Order: sequence, then C-alpha cells, then structure tokens
Amino acid sequence: MYAQMVKSENTDNGPELDAFQVRIDAGEKIEPKDWMPAGYRKTLIRQISQHAHSEIVGQLPEGNWITRAPTLERKAILLAKVQDEAGHGLYLYCAAETLGVSRDELTEMLLDGRMKYSSIFNYPTLTWADIGAIGWLVDGAAIMNQVPLQRTSYGPYARAMVRICKEESFHQRQGYDIMMKMAQGSDAQKRMAQDALNRYWYPSLMMFGPSDKESVHSAQSMKWRIKINSNDELRQKFVDQTVPQAEYLGLTVPDDNLRLNPETGHYEFSEPDWSEFFEVLNGNGPCNKERLEARNKAWDDGQWVRDGMMAHARKKAARAAASQVAAE
Amino acid sequence: MGDHLFEFLLRQGDNTLILSHRISEWCGHAPIIEEDIALANIALDLLGQTQMWLGLAAEVEGAGRSADDLAMLRDAWDFRNSILVERPNGDFGQTMMRQFLFDAYHVELLNRLVSSADERIAAIAAKSLKEVEYHVERSASIVIALGDGSEESHARMQAALDDQWTFAGELFETDAGDHALNDAGIAPLPSELRAGFNARATAVLGDATLIIPETTFAHSGGRSGKRHSEHLGHLLTQMQWLQRAYPGATW
Repeated sequence: MYAQMVKSENTDNGPELDAFQVRIDAGEKIEPKDWMPAGYRKTLIRQISQHAHSEIVGQLPEGNWITRAPTLERKAILLAKVQDEAGHGLYLYCAAETLGVSRDELTEMLLDGRMKYSSIFNYPTLTWADIGAIGWLVDGAAIMNQVPLQRTSYGPYARAMVRICKEESFHQRQGYDIMMKMAQGSDAQKRMAQDALNRYWYPSLMMFGPSDKESVHSAQSMKWRIKINSNDELRQKFVDQTVPQAEYLGLTVPDDNLRLNPETGHYEFSEPDWSEFFEVLNGNGPCNKERLEARNKAWDDGQWVRDGMMAHARKKAARAAASQVAAE
Repeated sequence: MGDHLFEFLLRQGDNTLILSHRISEWCGHAPIIEEDIALANIALDLLGQTQMWLGLAAEVEGAGRSADDLAMLRDAWDFRNSILVERPNGDFGQTMMRQFLFDAYHVELLNRLVSSADERIAAIAAKSLKEVEYHVERSASIVIALGDGSEESHARMQAALDDQWTFAGELFETDAGDHALNDAGIAPLPSELRAGFNARATAVLGDATLIIPETTFAHSGGRSGKRHSEHLGHLLTQMQWLQRAYPGATW
C-alpha cells in the first residue's frame, strides 16, 4: 500500500474507450503497446511511480539500523530486506517506463517534490523494535494492498507485483519474528516492542489512505481495475488480521475503542488522526525533510559517477568503432 | 598452533566483518539503484563469510564464545582486520578503490586457501571464492570505467588510489604465526600473494589510466592489533551498541 491519494485522470469518450472497458471487464491484461485512454496511462504512471519512490525512500528508515543490528544474522536479514526494497523500486520503475516515462524523469519529480511517496516513511525508526514493527505492520499493510494488485489490469504492473508479494511476505515474517523475540525478552525489550507498536499503529492505518467517503479518485481507478479494493475494506482486513497477532505477542494495540463486534466478526477501531496524515503528505511529517535531503544528496553526490560511467561507455564505443574501421 | 590458528581466523573474519559494515553504510545512498543493490549484495556476501570465519574462530578458541560474541563484545585492540577495511567510505570512488585493492588480495588468498590442509578452512574458502571472483570482476570494471571516464571521475579515482595505496601493503605483512601456519600447510604466507596482486593491480589500474604511487611505504598495525586507526572505535561503537547497552538480551 505504497500509493495513497493517487489522483485519477478523467478521460476521453469514444468507441475505443468502450472497447477498452470491455477488455478490462473481461479480466484481460492491458499491455504496453495496446491502446489505452490517456487518463489510464497518467493515473498508472502516478500510482506505479509513487509505489517505486516509496520502495526507494523506504530504504532509509530501515537502513538507519543496518549498522546497529544486534547480531550478525539480524544484520544479514535486514540488509537482504532493504536490498529487496531497492529491487522492488527497480522493477516498478521499469514497469512505469513501459508507459512512456523515463526513470530519470521520475527520479527528478521525486527529488523536487512533484511526486509523492508513502506517508509511512516519514516516521523515524528510534529503536531496534521499530525494525520489527515496520516488517510486521508496514509490510503487513503493504501486502494487503499488493496481493490484489497481482490481478490489476496493467500487465507489467501485475507481473511486478507477483514477485514483490513473494518477498514482502518474507519481510513481514522477519518483522514479526523480531517482535516475538522482543516481546518474550527482557523488560526493556518488552517496553521497546510496546513503544514501537504505539508509534507505528496509527501511521500504519493511514497507509490505506483516507476513508472511501473522502476518497475522490477511487471510483475511476476501480473501474479500470488499477485499484481492486476500497481503502476502508483493506484497512478493516488489516486490523482484523493484526489485532490477534498483537494479542499473541502480549502487546496492547493503542486504541481504547478497539473491540470485536460479535455480530459482524470484525473489529471496531478508532480512525487515525487524518489531520496528521495530511500534514505528513504536505511535507510536515517528522522526517520528510531528512528523507528528501538524503535522496537528493545521494543523487547529487552520484552525478560524477553516472557521468564518468557514460563517458567511459562512449570512449569504449568509439574505440570499438575505430578498430572496426581499421580492420576493414 | 591453536593461538596462531585463532589469530588467523580472526584476521579473516574481522576483515570481512569490518569491510561488510563499511559497505552496508551505503545502503540507500548509492549513485544509482543498481549500485545500491550490488553494494548490498557484496556486504551480504562478506557478512556470510564473517559468520563462517568467526564461527570457526569461536570453535577453535573453545572458550564458549560465539561468532556474535567475537563480533559484538571485543574492543578495538582485539580486532585483527587490516586498517584498509576500517577506513571511512569517502566518496563512491574511494569506496570502490578500497574494494578493488581488497578484492585483488582476497581472491589471491582464497585461491590458495581452497587447498588448505585444514578441511574446514578449505571449505569456507571454496564457498567464499565463488563470491569473491565476482567481487573482483565488478570492482575492477568500475575502477576501469571511472578511471577511464570523465576528467572529474579520473581525477577522483587517482586521488582515491593515492590515498589508499599505502594501506594495501599491510595485507601482505607476514609474521611468525603466518610462518607456522604455512609450515603446517594451512595457509600461504601473505607475502607470497603479493606477486599475483601486483599483476592484477598493474593491469586493471593501467586500463583505468591511473598511476600507481611510487612508494614502498605501507601503514600497518591492524592485522597485529597493535595500532588500529581512530576510525575503528567509532565503527564498533555503532555496531556493538545494542549488545553493550542490553547485556545478555537475545534478539
């Protein structure tokens, strides 16, 4: 669930559009060279890039603990996980490129703030338990959204999601495993685990985006099968799945209104503070500034490397061409 | 012999541990995503090798310590890595130059260790060699590309080489313990690895249009543990923090 508030584009009418909708309704996959409405293309570019940017920025809060991981094994697992995130970013940029944008263009739009990434990555990782909480809650919430997206209408996106989902479920398990160790550990570790749940619970609920009642872009995206479930549906599913897991850990979900409704079989829970959510989206989250600065610094510091590589490639090509001429 | 063997295994495991740590600092900050992924991959390979080397070191020591204890609960003077690998990352060029110099030594060493008389060492070397053959291919190609790239990348790579070269010599330093292990057929003398290293370095740095500094001076003090650089203490402060702050906790 790394795409929030993706603005859906209106689109042109006409016979092509009707035929397109018939294909979508029949569950066919749309491929890069197929005709598609301009609005579908634009909305997908926004959604896929926001997802890709989230994977890339998402390396930072977890990367923050790689050098402080408590054991060699935990360090290896975390490093592998963060490496997976970079890989996800790469597949997703490739999927976006099939729609006619370049990765460099998308990167620049992230770096100058024109494009967004998920609100969740603007929260700080303060203790080792936060690494557990991110795997358990954040990756757990991401999976809720990404599993259905394996059936999304755009072929390259759906296929990228198949691979990503496999890795995400491993990520979630490692997060839960960290929480388990801490919840069964010393008093200090238990306190750390509870504190991480307290801080990450509501930001995780925010990952699904505002309530459907407020979500103006959902209908068109659902019609195009770019979005499969509503925000509230997925949030409910997440809460229903996560609360028993918290209980098993002996941790308390920080919500006094949380209760299981015996009639519906679903948990009732408090809404997150949506004003906080909008502040984070508008750049006022606890780490927005640091995250974007870190990505800008990586890009700017890397400019000479990218230029040097290109210069070498040009020289190599010129030498190859010259030796071919000499051979002829 | 037991002490020499323990010392040898620490030297291997500490080199891979500290270099892995340094490379992992790049995570999320590399010049392009592909490099981020590749650097994480190399850090992971080296960390896996660390688990094997320090695991065997702990077994050989027989004092009830684990690989984690060795990594997380020793202080700087007990570390046996060469100073080269504890040096800060600097820019991407310096990181890759340090990597190439280490890889070029590492591949020579592992090529010899695969036929060690100690089967446990031969097995770790065989597994590591597959990874390190790729590491050296990659770091060499980046050093060549950036050395032979733009004016700026060339200048940065030459500066990186000038800066790192005097730290490479320590990798080949040879002491009485090395002689004892060599006599027992367990490990080659580090000094014997120098010729292979020089041949590769000369070829790669030549292709990179870089000039090897004319000096025979080499910094030392890491692999003997006698005098590390100031950087190691800061690295350990970070790496060992949780284990030190919450003694006895399991994670």
